[in-house]
Amino acid sequence: MTAEALIAFRGVGKTFTVGDRVVEAVRSIDLDVRRGEFVTLVGPSGCGKSTLLNMTAGLFAPSSGTVQYDGGPVTGVNLRTGYMTQSDHLLPWRTVAANIQVPLEIHGRPRGEMRDRVAALMELVGLAGFEKSYPSQLSGGMRKRAALARLLAYDPETLLLDEPFAALDAQLRLNMQIELLRLSRQLNKTVLFVTHDLDEAAALCDRCVVFSGRPGTIRAVLDSPLPRDRDLLRLRHDGRYVALAAELWDMITPMLTQTRGESS
Amino acid sequence: MTSEITPTRMVVYRLILAMAILVAWELASGRLIAEFFVSKPSAILAAFRRLIVSGDLFFHAAVTASEAFAGFIIGGTIGIAAGVLLGRSTFLADLLQPFILAFYSLPKIALAPLFVLWIGIGMSMKIVLTATVVFFLVFLNTFTGVRSVSRELVTIVRLMGANERHVLGKIVLPSAITWVFAGLRISVPYALIGAIVGELIAANRGLGFVLASASGQFDTAGVFAALIAIMMLAFSLNAMVRIAERKLMPWKISEATREVTI
Repeated sequence: MTAEALIAFRGVGKTFTVGDRVVEAVRSIDLDVRRGEFVTLVGPSGCGKSTLLNMTAGLFAPSSGTVQYDGGPVTGVNLRTGYMTQSDHLLPWRTVAANIQVPLEIHGRPRGEMRDRVAALMELVGLAGFEKSYPSQLSGGMRKRAALARLLAYDPETLLLDEPFAALDAQLRLNMQIELLRLSRQLNKTVLFVTHDLDEAAALCDRCVVFSGRPGTIRAVLDSPLPRDRDLLRLRHDGRYVALAAELWDMITPMLTQTRGESS
Repeated sequence: MTSEITPTRMVVYRLILAMAILVAWELASGRLIAEFFVSKPSAILAAFRRLIVSGDLFFHAAVTASEAFAGFIIGGTIGIAAGVLLGRSTFLADLLQPFILAFYSLPKIALAPLFVLWIGIGMSMKIVLTATVVFFLVFLNTFTGVRSVSRELVTIVRLMGANERHVLGKIVLPSAITWVFAGLRISVPYALIGAIVGELIAANRGLGFVLASASGQFDTAGVFAALIAIMMLAFSLNAMVRIAERKLMPWKISEATREVTI
């Protein structure tokens, strides 16, 4: 298992200094993510799930332990990962098509290829016809789809997704989940997916990592009993999915009451 | 929805207000206030017509406009360049900060006598003075704009493999351009101040010279006529900046015209 790990966290800890307070975000994290695996991360707010994504992207280094990517330590911005967060971070001064084109421009692709690729991606995420619209003219869901298209445009090997669908309505979210699962399987992407939605975590994952809160530590890693190719629309009636979701709920609920007790 | 007044009707209201002011001025002049101090619209119109007919208006306006325009372009360009450079380089910004602040707090107009000493009283003196005034306004705005660029956006494109040139061209400049234009817009009247104060100090041409010589001859109507010409010049410079703004920031139009949602 270790040999084929694409991303490996070894005794990873991270502390931040906020003002004059020292906050320990995560502590002694050991986790291997295999190539092509879809791993969801769940846990109470502020348990350092996003911190792990940031370290995988190389935005900052761990305070202790190492984060390895494809056999080597992550140093500096990790160009083999693509990041998508809850806010879409589209460039407001560019049209949707021009936004999706940004990574292609950076990689110096020829004009004709860019045009074709952007058109194909717009089609893929269902934004055909909105090429000339500015992000401010789109709904939240459409912006999210544009951000996904941009992420796919530069085709990173690993997708780091931090609650990417949190702001979407249920139907659109389901559509995006289906699309994401299909694409990640088809293109053999490795996915780290942070979510607060336990049903979403259970539906999408090959493995689900459950964190307990502050400092974040791994409480359990659950293997999904579901096949890699699954029909998200029929999942509600699948006993294995229901059992996995229930198991997640049972783990998380005590932590919620604990956090509530803490804050009051 | 907030008001029932149509744009055309608003224009009519404004014309009525302007007419009322002009009529009140015409009537008050010589009755309530000595005409020597305030002149009157009919006399000003006549003075203005004389300026047009003799061709003086266009000659002097062209001189002032070229000074203001050249100073505006030179000061603006250097201001933008310096703002981007210092905005991106923390070292340079820290190094130069006290010097820039010292110069910024100096009223630039006070440098005029020095410029006269250095480059004489020709048009280039007014251009340098204007450029100095415009430089600081545009520089400070550009600098602030470059500094307030979203670090998240920069990180996002860095993850796409962007180098410094990409970050500059795709993120920093487009996001700072709103600030740059804010700087350019407030610079327009200051560009005219630079040119006209320069002309008031020493010149034999330009609207500032017309203003000074009319006032020297106690020709109040002439002074007002020159002021009107200056106002018209400021108006057209402003319009030019606005047109450039619309051309360079098309997304701003879409933001302004969309329905507001929260």
